[in-house]
Amino acid sequence: MARTQDSTITKKLTRLNMLVSGAALLMACATFVTYDLFTFREAIVRNLSIQASVAGSNSVTALVFNDSHTAENTLSALKAAPNIVSAGIYSLDGQIFAAYRRDPHTQLPSFVSADQAETQMFKDGNVMVTRSIVFQGKPTGIVYVRSDLRTLSVQLRRYAIIAGVVLAASLGTALLLSSVFRRSITEPIVHLAEVARVVSRDKNYTIRATRPAGRDELSTLVESFNEMLIQIQERDGALQSARDQLEQRVDERTFQLATANKELESFSYSVSHDLRAPLRTIDGFSHALLEDCADGLDEAGRTHLNRIRAATQRMGLLIDDLLNLSRLSRTDMHRQSLDISTLASSIASDLRKAQPGRQIELRIEEGLKATADPGLLRVVLENLLSNAWKFTSKRASARIEFGMTPSNGTPAFFVRDDGAGFDPAYADRLFGAFQRLHAMTEFAGTGVGLATVQRIIHRHGGRIWAESAVDHGATFYFTLSEMVAQGAQQ
Amino acid sequence: MNNKVILLVEDNPDDEALTVRALKKNKILNEVVVARDGVQALDYLFGEGAHAGRNTKEMPQVVLLDLKLPKLDGLGVLRRLRADDRTRLLPVVILTSSNEEQVLLNGYGLGANSYVRKPVDFDAFVAASAQLGLYWLVLNEPPPRRV
Repeated sequence: MARTQDSTITKKLTRLNMLVSGAALLMACATFVTYDLFTFREAIVRNLSIQASVAGSNSVTALVFNDSHTAENTLSALKAAPNIVSAGIYSLDGQIFAAYRRDPHTQLPSFVSADQAETQMFKDGNVMVTRSIVFQGKPTGIVYVRSDLRTLSVQLRRYAIIAGVVLAASLGTALLLSSVFRRSITEPIVHLAEVARVVSRDKNYTIRATRPAGRDELSTLVESFNEMLIQIQERDGALQSARDQLEQRVDERTFQLATANKELESFSYSVSHDLRAPLRTIDGFSHALLEDCADGLDEAGRTHLNRIRAATQRMGLLIDDLLNLSRLSRTDMHRQSLDISTLASSIASDLRKAQPGRQIELRIEEGLKATADPGLLRVVLENLLSNAWKFTSKRASARIEFGMTPSNGTPAFFVRDDGAGFDPAYADRLFGAFQRLHAMTEFAGTGVGLATVQRIIHRHGGRIWAESAVDHGATFYFTLSEMVAQGAQQ
Repeated sequence: MNNKVILLVEDNPDDEALTVRALKKNKILNEVVVARDGVQALDYLFGEGAHAGRNTKEMPQVVLLDLKLPKLDGLGVLRRLRADDRTRLLPVVILTSSNEEQVLLNGYGLGANSYVRKPVDFDAFVAASAQLGLYWLVLNEPPPRRV
C-alpha cells in the first residue's frame, strides 16, 4: 500500500494550524504593541509636560524682571534632552519672550495665545506641549516645548523586530507540534481511505483497516468500516453459495429434463414402431383375405373387412398425429420476422387446388408481419385454414377470411369462416388433444389439429381463443408473444 | 431382372410375410432370404456362424433392413456393413415404421441408400415397394463386385 507522502488532508491540517496560530499571534502582538505605544506616548507627553513646567518655573524670575537673556539661558538647559527640537517662553499677550532651538533653522511659533495653554498636539512626527507659567497664583506667561518622536520610532522598530522573532519562533513551534499531533488524526484517515480504495478496486472484502489506539470518533469510524466489510463479506459468501446451489439445481434439473426428453424420444420411437406393427398386420392380412379368399366372402364379409381396414388406418393416423404433436414440443424454435399474409395466401392456394370444385370467397389482409418460427407458423395456419375449409364443406358457397384485429392493445391474427361453427359451451374442450366437437361422420379428423396449434402458439408465448355459434361460423384468434407484438407497435 | 437374392432383415414374421407379398405384387420374384436379427444378417453376409462356408462373393441384390431388431439393431448392422470393404457399396434400404427424424438422419449419415417407411395401409406399402423394385432391381446397376 503506497501512501502518498503529502496527502491533501495533511496539507490542509498544517495550513489550518499555521493560519490559526499565526492569526492569534498577530492579534496578540498588534494589541500589545498598540497598547504599549499608547502608554509610551502618554509617557512622552508627561515627560515633556514636566520639562515644560520646570523650564517655565525657572523662567518666572526672568519673566517678572523682563530679562529675556536669563530666560534663554534657562531654556538652553534643555540641550540635555536631545529629543527637544525647540522651546519658547511667551508673555501673557502671546509675544515670544525667549527661545531655544536645537538647530538654528528651526522655526518657532511667533505667537502663542493664552487659550492654547495646557494643550498638547501631535503633528508632523512631533509633539508640542504648551503650559501656563504661574507665579503666586497668577498666570505670568506661557511655555512651549516641541519634541520629536525619535524615541517612539526607535521603540516601534524594536517592537517590530521582537514581534517578528516571536511570530517566527511561535509558528515554527506550532509547525513542529502540529506535525507531531496531526499524525494521530491524519494517519488513521489516510489509512482508512487507502483501505477503502483497495477494497473497492480489488473487490476484496477480506482486508481490514487497522484501528487507531484510543477511543475517539476515528476509531469508531474505522470500527464501523470494518464491521461493514464483515457484513459485505458475509453477504457475498451467502450470495455465492446461493448461486452455487442454484447452479447445481439448474444442472440437476437440466440433467433430469434431458433424461426425460430422451425417455420421451425413445417412448415416441417405441410407440411409432411397436404400435404400428400390429396395425400393419391387421391391415395387410385383411387386404390378403379380401384378395385371396374373395370367393369365400359375401358382401357382408367384405364390408366387415373394409371396416377393419378403415379403423386400422385411422389408428395409424392417430398415432402419427400424436407423434407429430409430441415432436412439436421438442423441436428447436427459431423466430424471425416474416410476412404472414403471404404465408396464408400460399396455404390457401394449396387448399384451393386440393378441392377445386369448392366455391370459396377468400379474403386475406395484405402486408401483415409477424415474428415467429416459419415452419411452426405454417403448421398453425395450415391447421386453421384447412379447418375453415373443412367446416364450410357443407355450404354451397363459403367465405373464409384471414386478418388482424387489435385485442387488449395487442394485435391478434384471426381466421374466420361462415361454416358449421360450434357450441360455445364446449369452447374449452376445443384445444384438447383428441377432442372433437363434431361426429366423425360429419367431419373427418383426429382431433389433434387444434391441440397442435395451441401448443405452437404457447411456445411462442401467445394466446389462442375462438368465438362461434352453431351454424354461424367460427373465428379463431391468436397472438404471437404479447411482448413482441407490443414491441412491433411502438 | 437378375436372380440374385434379396436379404430381408426383419424380426416380425407378419411384416416378413407382408413384405414378401408386396414384392410379389410388384412382380419382384427374386428369392428372399430372411434374417431374424442383426447378427444373423451379418452372419449371412460375411459367411459366418450358421452361414459358415457360404460363398461370400455372391452378395444380395439389396438388403431390406428393419431398424428395430433383436441383438444388433438396424443401425448397428449398417455401421458394420459400411465399415467392411466387402459390403461398403452393398445397396441397403432401411425399411421401418419409424418416421422420427433423428432415426432418418442417422440412417443417411451411416450410408443407407434409401429409406422407406412401412405404412399401416397395405396398398400404400405396395406402392412404396414398387418404387423400391423399380429403383434398385431394374434401373440401378449393382456396384461392381470386388474380386
